Formats: sequence, structure tokens, C-alpha cells
Amino acid sequence: MLIPPPAPPSESALAIECLGMTKRFGSFTALDDVSIRVEAGAFHALLGENGAGKSTLVKCLVGYYRPDAGQITVDGREREIRSPQDAHAIGIGMVYQHFTLVPSMSVAENLVMARNDVPMRIDWRRERERLAGFMETVPFRIPLDAPVASLAAGEKQKVEILKQLYLERRFMILDEPTSVLTPQEADEVLGMLRGLAQRQEVSVLIITHKFREVMAFADRVSVLRRGKLTGEGRVADLTPAAMAEMMIGARESAPGESHRKTGGTPGAVRLALDACHVHDDTGLPAVEDLSLSVREGEIVGIAGVSGNGQRELVEALIGQRELVSGSVKIAGEPFRATRAEIRRHRVFSLPEEPLRNACVGMLSVADNMGLRNFDRPPLASWPWLKRGRLRAQARKLIAEFKVKTPGAEAPIHNLSGGNVQRAVLARELSGDVSVLIVANPVFGLDFAAVAEIHARILAARAAGAAVLLVSEDLDELLELSDRVVVMFDGRIVHETAIGAADVGVIGRAMAGHAGSEPAAT
Amino acid sequence: MDASLGWWGVPIAVLGGAIRISTPFLFVSLGECLTEKSGRINLGLEGILVMGAMTGYCVSYLTGSPWLGVLAAGFAGLLLGLLHGMVCSLPRVNDIAVGIGLMLFGTGLAFFLGKPFVQPKAPTLPAIPLGAWASSPQVQAALQINVLFIVGALLAVALHWVFRNTRWGLVVRMVGDSADAARAMGYNVNAVRMLATALGGFSAGVGGSFLSLYYPGSWNEGLSSGQGLMAVALVIFARWRPIHCFWAALLFGGASALGPALQSVGITSGYYLFNAAPYVLTLGVMIATCSTKRTLAGAPGELSVTR
Repeated sequence: MLIPPPAPPSESALAIECLGMTKRFGSFTALDDVSIRVEAGAFHALLGENGAGKSTLVKCLVGYYRPDAGQITVDGREREIRSPQDAHAIGIGMVYQHFTLVPSMSVAENLVMARNDVPMRIDWRRERERLAGFMETVPFRIPLDAPVASLAAGEKQKVEILKQLYLERRFMILDEPTSVLTPQEADEVLGMLRGLAQRQEVSVLIITHKFREVMAFADRVSVLRRGKLTGEGRVADLTPAAMAEMMIGARESAPGESHRKTGGTPGAVRLALDACHVHDDTGLPAVEDLSLSVREGEIVGIAGVSGNGQRELVEALIGQRELVSGSVKIAGEPFRATRAEIRRHRVFSLPEEPLRNACVGMLSVADNMGLRNFDRPPLASWPWLKRGRLRAQARKLIAEFKVKTPGAEAPIHNLSGGNVQRAVLARELSGDVSVLIVANPVFGLDFAAVAEIHARILAARAAGAAVLLVSEDLDELLELSDRVVVMFDGRIVHETAIGAADVGVIGRAMAGHAGSEPAAT
Repeated sequence: MDASLGWWGVPIAVLGGAIRISTPFLFVSLGECLTEKSGRINLGLEGILVMGAMTGYCVSYLTGSPWLGVLAAGFAGLLLGLLHGMVCSLPRVNDIAVGIGLMLFGTGLAFFLGKPFVQPKAPTLPAIPLGAWASSPQVQAALQINVLFIVGALLAVALHWVFRNTRWGLVVRMVGDSADAARAMGYNVNAVRMLATALGGFSAGVGGSFLSLYYPGSWNEGLSSGQGLMAVALVIFARWRPIHCFWAALLFGGASALGPALQSVGITSGYYLFNAAPYVLTLGVMIATCSTKRTLAGAPGELSVTR
């Protein structure tokens, strides 16, 4: 049999069509007879909840999975993509949700090493000239000699895209590329991609949860639910509500619909931070001179691009990191996050990456749910633990918070991200909460879980808790908060009541351009 | 002559001692630097060092060529490094635990195989008398520089260059800093680490041969005094930079030479205390550079101790 030689990489955008793609994992059908066509030069959005099959579909496209059935045509010709190398040879590239750059290497080193034909000895002078020439052709500037670790998230995402362009990919798949960017950065990156697509230099298939981005940038959209294609069409013909219904079915409430209940007037100051300074892992200041207060029955949202001190602030508040100077007071008393103080002041928290920050992965769901109270009556009569009661408590919480787990005795690291989150939330919110510290509570969760977790946070507020909500998702903050502050470079650079919040002003503050602008007009 | 030098004898003796004693530190730390850059820690280098010393001495004795001994020591180290690399490539194997096992295995095996060679005298490595111009015998002694020291210095420079300017160097750094990124680009992470550990072992083996073939220059069971372990601290001190490894090795060598140097001018009272200088230095370095609040700048991201 004659094998046709691989076609040389195309000079312009590729059109790709998947026909009847099916992928099974054991008895589970992750992808069921899905057909999608992405035109050359299109900006095509792929919507779907977690587990809807979006990743499975694109992993088939880039050769990580081999579909059980279905075919892929590139520019009208049927192609078999057996490995990522095949996909790269055709000109298909992927930008992942997590950065694939090497942090300690410079941008130039990362770009050169991404190539397939890296010479044994790298002639940096020549490579530098080539890179400079390449940078002339792209619409943004990145310092080539900076180590990637020193770049902001937005710049890293640009380098990821830059890398695909540098490798002359003509079909780019992006998996939630804007999750770590400010709205302005997201607009800039997506606008740049759209420009490239319109000039027929590249076709874009983008996985996203954000309807705003779909509406603003995409030409077409395909929606997956439970492995099946449930809708597609021109974005111009669709509304967010229609797309949401395709995504989650008509049974659940559509996203974007405000869960806000007009809370009562906030009471006395419960949590007060005064002139707090916190250092990061390298001993450099991460939080500087930060003062903030949260009242009873109030949600204060902290907006900001990740890496501006939010993580260190939360860690200092929940006792994972030392406060260099300044004070934290709860109800007027100094608070140093000891176990006794946490219990006395009823401080609870849902930190980001709960599996790492709020759980012991090897311990069972029941043990993890009992971490706050396992050593207190009625779960313990000193020094003996009562495992029966611990399990009973877990079963009650599992039912109440709808945690999907093989059982109370399953190790918690076996649970999916959303269910770990639910389990931690069950532990933290089941009792009487006075102060709640929450960081990126819905990162990577699907709509149903998001709505539920938001409702629980609002319920805690309604019960009089002072809630500090740190999130990289501005929509979430605007939806839940009573007051929004913006952190940039370790400081609060902007503060506004929710009624007066202006997304443009907040976005500029997130990017460090707060300057002397008035809070909101 | 001795009298005329007086107290000046101390820094000169320390310098000479530093150059002499630092050579094994240099080779072991460069080997460890390469291994750690690939994302693994090989604590077994102490065992490889002793094994290298034994192998070098045996082969030199049996063949009459100390240089063949050096080569054989390197290959013995390579084999032990390969063993570490292969075992650590198995799933759920901890590189620290394997390293400790290898340390005990290497020293035990060397003592067992090297028993018959404790007595005989093997030909040792020659030195270059760079101090021939000087009239003082102390200066002459200090500048008796072994070829291996020069090779080690060149190796440090070469390694520095390789990490920046070659595909292999960048692949090692990539694997050591972000295994996911390396995998995404189609590199075999385990293979790279195995090779880096094996080559690191080669370097440590050569370092061992220096102990038995030049200074102290004989084979016995008390030959190594923890240089292999101290080299691990030294790499951290050098922030995983090969050129800094060279200076750090000199510093550790100088600290080791302090006791004998002071003894040579007649200060014998604190002899054992001064001999402890390198260990105190190791401890000091670890206290100064390690903190619960900070991660080390420059540490490869995949090291099991920094992750």
C-alpha cells in the first residue's frame, strides 16, 4: 500500500471537520457521535459543562486519544492523527489551561526548545536574530530574556500563544485560555487571536465557560452535554440563555441569572485587618500595608489578577503563613489563627485548591469532614475518638451537601474536584459560621456546582457571617459581593460598593492603572 | 625557611589544602548538580565516591596506570548512578530513600571488594609543580596541582556552557524544572533523569579515585569522611550553578585544610575542633539557606524536597 507523503504545513488557516467522533473509556461513553466543523479562519467556541466531553474531543484532535469511531478531515482531506506529533506535523497546536512553559527558563529558551529541530549546539546569536524577526510579525511585545517565572499570568498566556505561532501552527485549540487574565488582558489576547483568524492566518477552537467572551469574539459555537452535541450555530443568532440551555438542559437555572438576594444592612465590624504585611515564599513582600474590614452579614470581594498577594493574604488569615507585621482582629480581639482561636471565633475557610490546602488526601472523606471537630465531644471523649459518630456525621453531611463519593470511608483524593470542594464546604459551613474566608471557590467547577456553592455562601451571609471572598473571576465577585476591593501588587488599589461598581474601573485597577481615578462615577 | 614564613604559612597551607581537598568535593558536587538539575537527588554519591576510590585504586594497582584507575572509577560510578536512576524510574519510588540505600550499598560493596587492596601500594596520580618558581617549600607544596583539579575546573565551565547552549543542557533543565512541559514536548523524563544520574555518578566516581590515587593517596575504609554527603549541601549553597560549585568546593576544601594548616604552625590545642570546620560550615550553610518561609531561589522545580 502506498502511503502518501505528509503534506507540508499549510501557509494559511486550516479547516477541520470531525465526523461521528466516539470515544469510550470502558463502559463510559465520553464522546458520542459528535460532528463539528471549524471553517478556515473561524473563531469557533466549544461550550459545555465539566465532563461534557470537550477535553476528550480536543484530545482526539491533537492525538492524545484515539477515537473509537469517527474521522477527521483537514482541508477536506481525511487524515489520521495517531499522536501529538502527527497533529503538530499537520499544523494543529494546543494551548492548555495550565501553563506548559518551563518557569526557570527564559522566554527565548522556551520558544527555541519548543521546536522539533533544536540543534545540538544552540547558536544564540542566530536564534536571537530569528526571534527578533518573528517578534516583528506578532501584535504584542514580550521581553525575550525574562525568565518565564517572572512574567504575569497574562504575559505567560501570551507566550503560550506566541509559541504556537512561532511553531507555525495553523489550527489553534485553546482550553480556557483567559481563566487567569484580567478582563482587559483577556480582551487583548482574544482580540489578537480574532485578528489572526480574520487574516486567515490561523483557525481558532476555544473552550470557554464565559458567555461574554463567546458573544464578543466567536463566530460560531458548538455545545456539548454528556458527550453529545446538543446545539450549534452562529453566535449572532444565539443568546446566552439559549446557549446555557443547550449546555445544562432546561432543568436547571441558567447562569448569569443573579442569585443575589438583597441582604440586610451589614452590622458591626467582625473581621478587621490593620496594616498587614506578609511575605511570599521567596521572602519578598507579597502583601503590603493592607487594611480591610468585613462586617457581619457582608461579603467583601477581593478582585485581582492571581499573584498579586491574594494567596499569601488568605494563607496568613487562615494560619498557613506568618504575618510579618500588622494585626488581624476578630470582634475586636487579636486573632492569630491558632486552633483555639479559630474555634472560639468560629472562623471557617474554603481555601483554593482545597485538596492541598484543606484536606489530607490519604484520609477518608469521613475523617476529612471531621478535621474541625474530631477531638471534641460528641465525636470524642478524651482521649478516645468515636469513629461511629464520625462516620454518622459524614453520612449526614454527604447527603446534605450532595457529595458524590463511593462512601464515607473512601480516601478523599479519589473524589473529583467539585466533590472535594463540596466535602470541604460541608465541613466548613455545617455549623454556626462567624467569619468565612473563601478563595476561588468554584475554580473549574460546572454550573450546577457553582450555583450551589454560591447559594451556600450567600446563605452564610444571610445568617450573619462576615465573608471575605477572594476570586479571580470578576463576574463571580460582582454577583456575590456587597463591596469589592481590588488588590494589585500586594496593596488595595480600589474599593467600591457593589452598587457603584464599574467593570472598566475595576479592570484598570486590576492591571495596576488605578492611579488617581475616582472610585466610580 | 619555615620560620621566615611564620603566620603566612597558614593561608598558604589553607590554599594548598583547599586545592588538594576540594577536588573530590568538586567532582561530586558537579555530578550532583547535573543530577539535581534533572529533578532528582542522589544521596548515594557518598557510596559512589567510596566505590570509585576502591575501583580506582584496584585498577591502578593491577594495571600500573593510575589514569586507567580514574576511568574505571568513573565507570563504577556510572553503573551505580544508573542503578539509582533505574530504580527511581519505577513508579512510587522515592529518590532520597534509594539514595540512602545506595550510599550503604556502595560503601559496603567497596569495603568487601577492596579488602585485599588495603596493604599494597598502587601507583598514584602525578601532580604539576606550578610552584617550582618559588623558593619557599611551603609555596611549592601548596602549588603542587593535580591534573584532576584542572579537569574539574574545566568541567565546571563546560557544564555551565552546556546548560545554556546545547539541546541536551536545556532538556535536562526542562525535565528538572517542569516534567509536564518536557513530557508535552515529547521528551522521556525518566530516560533523561536516568542518564543525568548515571553521568553524575561517573563524575562522583572520578572524585573518589582522587581520594585513593592522590590525596590522601591510599585505600582504606576510613578514606571518605562524608564528602559525598557534604557535596549535596554544597550544591544547594552553589544554587545549582556549576561555576559556583567550583568556588563552593574550594571553600569547603579550605575549611577542611584549616586544621592541618594550623597544626603546621604549631597550634595543636584545638586540632579536632578545627578538623570539624567543614561540618560546621555545612551546618551553617544549611541554616543560612534553608527556611520554612522561603523556597530556595534557583532550585529545580521538580526536586522532591522543593515540590
